[in-house]
Amino acid sequence: MSDKITNILLVGVGGQGILLAAEILSETCMLAGFDVKKSEIHGMSQRGGSVVSHVRYGKQVFSPIVPEGEGDLLFGFELMESYRSLTLLKPGATVVANDLCIPPPSVLIGQEPYPAHLADKIARRFPDLILVDGQQLAIEAGNARTANTVLLGAVSKRLDIEEKFWLESIERMVPKKALAVNLKAFEIGRSLA
Amino acid sequence: MRKTYDMKEILSGNEAIARGAYEAGVKVACAYPGTPSTEILENTIRYPEIDSSWATNEKVALEVGIGACFTGARALVTMKHVGVNVAADPLFTLSYTGVRGGLLLVTADDPELHSSQNEQDNRNYAKFAKVPMLEPSDSQECLSFTRLAFEISERYDTPVMLRTTTRISHSKSVVEFGERLTDLPAPALVKDPSKYVMLPGNARGRHYVVEDRMVTLSKDGCSMPINRLELRDTKIGIITAGVSYNYVREVLPDASVLKLGMVHPLPFDLIRDFASKVDRLYVVEELDPFIEEQVKAAGIAVTGKEILPICGELTPGRIRKAFGLPESEESAVEKLPGRPPNMCPGCPHRGVFYTLNRLKAYVSGDIGCYTLGFMPPLSAMDTCICMGASIGMATGAAKVLPPEERKKVVAVIGDSTFLHTGVNGLIDMVYNKGIATVIILDNRITAMTGRQDNPASGHTLMDSPTNAIDFPMLCKAIGVQHVRTINPLDLRECKKVISEEMERPETSVIITDKPCVLIKREGVFSRGKVLTVKEETCVGCRTCLKIGCPAIEWVPGTEGKRGKAFIDPLLCNGCDVCRQLCNFSAIQEDI
Repeated sequence: MSDKITNILLVGVGGQGILLAAEILSETCMLAGFDVKKSEIHGMSQRGGSVVSHVRYGKQVFSPIVPEGEGDLLFGFELMESYRSLTLLKPGATVVANDLCIPPPSVLIGQEPYPAHLADKIARRFPDLILVDGQQLAIEAGNARTANTVLLGAVSKRLDIEEKFWLESIERMVPKKALAVNLKAFEIGRSLA
Repeated sequence: MRKTYDMKEILSGNEAIARGAYEAGVKVACAYPGTPSTEILENTIRYPEIDSSWATNEKVALEVGIGACFTGARALVTMKHVGVNVAADPLFTLSYTGVRGGLLLVTADDPELHSSQNEQDNRNYAKFAKVPMLEPSDSQECLSFTRLAFEISERYDTPVMLRTTTRISHSKSVVEFGERLTDLPAPALVKDPSKYVMLPGNARGRHYVVEDRMVTLSKDGCSMPINRLELRDTKIGIITAGVSYNYVREVLPDASVLKLGMVHPLPFDLIRDFASKVDRLYVVEELDPFIEEQVKAAGIAVTGKEILPICGELTPGRIRKAFGLPESEESAVEKLPGRPPNMCPGCPHRGVFYTLNRLKAYVSGDIGCYTLGFMPPLSAMDTCICMGASIGMATGAAKVLPPEERKKVVAVIGDSTFLHTGVNGLIDMVYNKGIATVIILDNRITAMTGRQDNPASGHTLMDSPTNAIDFPMLCKAIGVQHVRTINPLDLRECKKVISEEMERPETSVIITDKPCVLIKREGVFSRGKVLTVKEETCVGCRTCLKIGCPAIEWVPGTEGKRGKAFIDPLLCNGCDVCRQLCNFSAIQEDI
C-alpha cells in the first residue's frame, strides 16, 4: 500500500443525510483495509446550516480534517455548498455535485438571489466535474430518497476501492427493507462516472 | 445506529468513551446533554449493565456519580466544557475526599465555538481542582484512556478528568475492542466520615493528601506509557497532546515529539529530558498556553503562543503557517449568501418570537434552539449568557429601569434549560418581588442537542415512562400568582396574553404548550394540514416572509409582474402561523 492519503469532502445542507453517506464511505474504506478518519461538526448545523464532513483514508491517517487546499474529491449534495467548498480542493480535484439548489434564508425572504450558473463556474475551475441529477435518478431507481446513494455510486467510480467493499458496507449500513432500491441507486450512480 | 459490535469498528470519540466505560466495568453513567459530549450517554445505553441517566444539570450529574462511587461502583459523568462550570462546586471538594470506586469526569471542550457560547480551556480546571487529566488523540485512545482513567482514579484515590475537543468527540477512527471487567468489588455502604465529611477539621488534613498525590502523579507520569517520547530528527522537538498531535505528525513528520496523554500534572522530569535531547523546543496546543506556561515556569526555554494562535482551533494549515512552511494556495470564491441554521418549519417558537419582535420587547434570552430567535427576520433576542441566566438577568434589569422600560423586559427560556438552572432564578424573582414576564417555551424535549428526554418529557434516557413535570403547578408552588398557558401557534392569543402580562407590574409566567416538530415518539407531535399560496390571490406583500420560515420562499416576478410567495409542500408542517399573517387570505390548506 502506498503512503498516499485520499482526502474527501462531503458538503451540503443540514438534514440532507450527509453524515450517513460519510459513514458508508468510511466503512467502505475500513473494509478495504485502509486506515480511515472522519470528522464533522454537528450541533447548530442540524438546523439547516452548512455541513462539511471530512473523510481521509490511506495507510496511516493522522489529522481527522483535510488540510486546507488538499481535497482530492468533493462530494457535494447541494450546488451552492459545492461551489462554496471549492476553496478546500487542490488543483485538478474531482467534483461530484448534486444538481440541486436549496435556497438559504436570505434568498427565501427575497433579500438576495440564489447565485446563477454555478455548475458552469465549477466546471471552469474543476473540469473533472460529474454533475448528477440525484433527485431524478433516485426516482428512476425506485425511491426519491435514494439520491445520496446515486451520488455515492458516482463517487465510488473515482476512488481506488473495489466495488465489493462498497456493496458490503451498503448492506451493513442500510436498513434491510431499503437495501434493494439502494443497491439499484448505487449502480445507476456508478454508471455515470 | 447498529445494535451489536464486532471487535473492530469505526467509532467516534464519544462512542469509544462509552465503549471504554463499559469495558472498565462502569455501573453508573450520568450527564446533562451538551454538544459535543451528548453522544457518550446516548451510547452507554447500549449496555444494559450500565445505569445511564440524564440529570437535570451537570452539578446533579456529578453528585449522582459521586454517590455511586462512594459505594465502590465505577461511575462516568460527562458534560460539555461550560457544564463543568456548573459542576465545579462538587468537583473541587471531591478532589479532597477522593473516591472509592473510580470516578471519571469527561469534559468535551469546543475550540472554535462550533456550538458554544465561549471557548474556555478546561485543562485549567484540572490544575485548579488539583485532579489528573488525560487527553486522547483519537477514538482508540478515547477507549483505552477511559479504561486507564478508572485505574488511575482508584490507584491514586482521586477523581480523574478526561478532556476531549469537538474534533476528538465527533471524529471517527478505527477502534479495537476489549472485554468488560467483571471482577470488580460489589457496591456496599462503608462509613468513613473523616474522609467523606468535609468539615474544616477533616478537609484541612485532606488538602495535604491532595498536594502529595499531585506530586506523586507528576513523578509517576514520567514512566506512564501514555506520555510517549518519539525521537526522530532532533533539530525540532514538539510537546503536544490531543488532536494537535495528529496535526503535528501531518505537518512535521520528521520532528521529535513528546506526546502527552496526561496533560495534568505534567511529567517535568520527562519534559526536561526531552528538552535536553532537541535543539529547539516547542509546545503545540490549542487555546490557552497551558503546558507552555508551566514549562516556562520550570525554567525550560520553549516557544508556543509566540507563533501559534490562542483563539480558535488549530488546523494543519495554521501549524504550517506558524512554522513558516509553504502554505497551499487558497482558491477563493466570490462572496456567497450565507447559510446559518434556522428554526424548523412549524417550530412552535417562531410565533412567540414574531410576537416579541412586534411588541418591541427586550428579550432576556437563554440557551437552546430558541437562541436562533436572534436571527433576522425574527430578531427578537437581546441577551444570552449561559444556561438559566435569562430569568435572573430579567430580575436585575427590571430592578433599575423606569416603569415604561421595565415592562419591556421578558425572559425567554426552554423547558430543559428552565429545569437545569432557570427554576432557581424564578424562585428568586418571586421571593424578591421581581417585576418581569417569564416565558417558558415548553416543547417537551431538549431539542438543540438532538432531542434528549428531560424531566418534563415523561421519559427517561433508558426510555422508561416517568413523571412529567407540571409547569403551571410548579410555578404556582413557587408562588407565581399569574401563570397562563398559551398555544404559541395562535398569533392572536400570543399577542393578547404576552402584552397583557408585560403590562402587569408583578412576576408572571407564560407557558407555551406545543411540542417540537422533530419529536418522533408517537402521539406527541402531529403534522398539521399543509398550506399553499393561492397564486391569484397573493399580492406579493411579503408579510408572510417576516417569520423566516424555511418552507416559505419568495419567487421574484418576471416581465414586470409582481413577485409572490411560495410554500414548499414537502417542508410545510402545517403550523398555520403564516396563514394568520396573510391579510388577503391567499394562504390556504392544500387540497
